[in-house]
Amino acid sequence: MSDNLIYAMEVTLNGLMAGVLYALVALGFVLIYKASGIFNFAQGVMALFAAMTLVGIEKGQVPFSHLINAVLGTEVHHFGWHLHSFLAIAFTVVVMIGLAWAVQQVIFKHLVGQEPIILFMATIGLAYFLEGVADLMWGSEIKNLDICLTSNLCMPQGINEAIDQTTYEWFGYGFFIDNLDITATIVAMVLVAALVAFSQYTKQGRAMRAVADDHQAALSVGISLNFIWVLVWSVAGFVALVAGIMWGAKSGVQFSLSLIALKALPVLMLGGFTSIPGAIVGGLIIGVGEKLFEFAIGPMVGGATENWFAYVLALLFLVFRPQGLFGEKIIERV
Amino acid sequence: MSVEQMTTTGVPAEPYVTADGRQIGNVLMEMKNITLRFGGVVAISDISFDIREGEIRAIIGPNGAGKSSMLNVISGFYVPTEGEVWFRGSKRPQMKPYQVAQQGLARTFQNIALFKGMSTLDNIMTGRMTRMKTNMLQQAMWWGKAQKEEGEHREAVEKIIDFLEIQAIRKTPVGRLPYGLQKRVELGRALAAEPDILLLDEPMAGMNVEEKEDMSRFILDVNDEFGTTIALIEHDMGVVMDLSDRVVVMDYGRKIGDGTPDEVRNNQEVIDAYLGVEHD
Repeated sequence: MSDNLIYAMEVTLNGLMAGVLYALVALGFVLIYKASGIFNFAQGVMALFAAMTLVGIEKGQVPFSHLINAVLGTEVHHFGWHLHSFLAIAFTVVVMIGLAWAVQQVIFKHLVGQEPIILFMATIGLAYFLEGVADLMWGSEIKNLDICLTSNLCMPQGINEAIDQTTYEWFGYGFFIDNLDITATIVAMVLVAALVAFSQYTKQGRAMRAVADDHQAALSVGISLNFIWVLVWSVAGFVALVAGIMWGAKSGVQFSLSLIALKALPVLMLGGFTSIPGAIVGGLIIGVGEKLFEFAIGPMVGGATENWFAYVLALLFLVFRPQGLFGEKIIERV
Repeated sequence: MSVEQMTTTGVPAEPYVTADGRQIGNVLMEMKNITLRFGGVVAISDISFDIREGEIRAIIGPNGAGKSSMLNVISGFYVPTEGEVWFRGSKRPQMKPYQVAQQGLARTFQNIALFKGMSTLDNIMTGRMTRMKTNMLQQAMWWGKAQKEEGEHREAVEKIIDFLEIQAIRKTPVGRLPYGLQKRVELGRALAAEPDILLLDEPMAGMNVEEKEDMSRFILDVNDEFGTTIALIEHDMGVVMDLSDRVVVMDYGRKIGDGTPDEVRNNQEVIDAYLGVEHD
């Protein structure tokens, strides 16, 4: 087998892994958009907020410590504990559910029935507010996220070495795949399977789909819209946490993390705003596409194609298939 | 309120058995002096009537008479400007529509409000929502009771599917079904809640003769077999007169008649306002 082909295969594989991360972010958008018609610009910031909260709780950081110290003249920074990763994740989930509840009660409860653009503006406000809160709560320095899930602690040692070995025997060339990427892929698969099972086979899942479909009908069978929206924001918050962990482990927990939301946009245009499988396939296509494009065409145009490739692809989709790969085709009955 | 407005003369005040052997009980729901205004527009003006257990109660009237508004008041979608709704002998506090549904009212909509992307089975399954008791955590973890419960509800839903003769479309997304079948699925979803009162908003609207006959048969069967109390709105007079035990007639937001189909048919005001209009 030619070297180039093998190299392309490795690039594809890495692209798939990156695509999983895009898909994770896009998933959060789709969940909220489907159920409430809100395009949640704050999804990326939610991922940032979740990751920061996780690190903060795990390391026993005192929330709002700068503020407290400034007001009270104290010098508190740490509780002095170091929580187990899973415990910290559990606490963070609770925080995200609290956030979901607050967002619904304080903002969107009062905006029911408003124009989509107004809801969208509200999420922009939410994004900047949340970013500020995250800063105030946990400080703005770049944090290291090495929790059990992403380091070698919980992953069986040397999976990537095994892959390296095996592929070397097969092709005479060892593939390198990051341990973190493997974890991310497994976690994403489990997450999606769990989401699908939840929405298909449980009462609340069915209620979620019902609300996504028709508000009036949902009310008439005894579903509280408010409760479902809190639930949806909670689930989206959880997805944001997962995305935040994976991205945070890859590039450190820092404020640029909130920009991953922008990478999710082309994914959504490809996959359709209302399709969960679309978000996943879209993420994978963008991931693989931009890596392969960089590999094949990049050298000819001076590189750095990864910055724009996804958006150009999304533009092409907007022209030829505006509803995305899996989106519902818009047919107006006249 | 005037005494005359509240009483229906054609039927006994006590529980009785109808000519075709159905048991009619006491008053289940009572609307007391309901007025509904939207800004300056009066949609319903001081209307009172009751719905008795086991009966088929129709609300009829020409277009714009305020029938749908009345149904929306009953099902909690509108809050009446004045007046009270009494249910099972006590005054109903102001409720959200989903709370009214949980209390035992199920309804259909004039313009069909189904979950179009979901299958017939799933749609009817959502009707069981108020009947499901396991909590969220059990549901999420799919723990013992939740699984057993799901099975029981599936059974109830299959019975309804059999009853409505829609086995063939169990897995079809309802958005793809023809209008008449969609109406039937919507009826199924309402039935799945095993409601105390079933509210039907123009169940026959837009149907052809055959579909109307089918629907009439299902409504009668539901009432007969399950003893479900039914309140329905229709403006197809013929159908209503054959189906219902008692009829409220509305015109321009007022009640102009209330009684058995025969009484209503012979009421001069009703004839003038509604039946008396010559079309040919």
